[in-house]
Amino acid sequence: MNFTEDQINRYSRHILLQDVGVEGQEKISSGKVLVVGAGGLGAPVALYLAAAGVGTIGVIDGDVVDLSNLQRQIIHFTADVGKPKVISAKEKINRLNPDVRVVTYQALLTSENAQEIIKDYDFVVDGTDNFPVKFLINDACVLAGKPFSHGGILRFEGQTLTYLPEAPCYRCLFHSPPPPNAVPTCSQAGVLGAIAGMLGTIQAAEALKYLTGVGELLTGKLLTFNAKTMNFRTIKTKRSEKCPVCGKNPTITKLIDYEQAVCDISDRKKR
Amino acid sequence: MATYNLDITKEHCPMTFVKTKIELNKLQKGDILNVKVAEGEPLENIPKSAAEQGFNVLSVEKTETPGIHSIKIEK
Repeated sequence: MNFTEDQINRYSRHILLQDVGVEGQEKISSGKVLVVGAGGLGAPVALYLAAAGVGTIGVIDGDVVDLSNLQRQIIHFTADVGKPKVISAKEKINRLNPDVRVVTYQALLTSENAQEIIKDYDFVVDGTDNFPVKFLINDACVLAGKPFSHGGILRFEGQTLTYLPEAPCYRCLFHSPPPPNAVPTCSQAGVLGAIAGMLGTIQAAEALKYLTGVGELLTGKLLTFNAKTMNFRTIKTKRSEKCPVCGKNPTITKLIDYEQAVCDISDRKKR
Repeated sequence: MATYNLDITKEHCPMTFVKTKIELNKLQKGDILNVKVAEGEPLENIPKSAAEQGFNVLSVEKTETPGIHSIKIEK
């Protein structure tokens, strides 16, 4: 890969890093990352990956931009209200960095389309706001041997882990989704907008570390933080023999769509 | 082992070292890069940065042109 003068200038701060350098930037520039959800987490993830020059960024989201999204979903602007989120995201990514090829999927990730979509990517980022899709991403990635970053935020708290094949998966820690409505979503409980940026940028950094092979990923670890105290914790995790998807006797051998919380569905239909 | 030349006298920090790294990246291990630099910041920083990132700085010498130095770096 021969970088142009403009690209050398644009990516100079990466090229300067001993661990990244020209070779690392080449890996970033030929990397393919799928961002699931163009919301609170997906917004900073997509923007930082675009700024870094990730070659192909896939964005999947079935929603349109709502005024209530703008408090944290920084890829969308006031004039985008009513526009499909994937279109709004693609426009900003292209404006930030025309080097990036953006692939949009204006749909929800489901058991029907998940495997077909993720197979084209090197790394998947979970930026979703609900448990059914979080478990779906985990299962699809485990079954396909695809690395991914899990992320979740609520109120003032966030958590993230990075999955690699053979490492503990999200289900090793959290066996199955909580019953619908047992855990409130952001739309019911609220979320401090800035923590979407805190967690999303950690996920973006993990994606870039994976592409370049730099450092140690949050694999076999769960990072949690509480913005009220600004305490960060990293807990070591282990593979569970009883894990229904990656354990000794897996019961999940194909993808499942779990029931969504009723309020989420009615919330979506309203728009 | 081959010897190559790079002129970064018209570049400014940090593009001075960016250009040096890009040139070094193209070389084979053991090749030599002679980097022509201006006095001041680049003369101070290029040898330091190159050494920090694992390259072998063989020499720093004045050239015939006043204010211009030549840094010999081995990959």
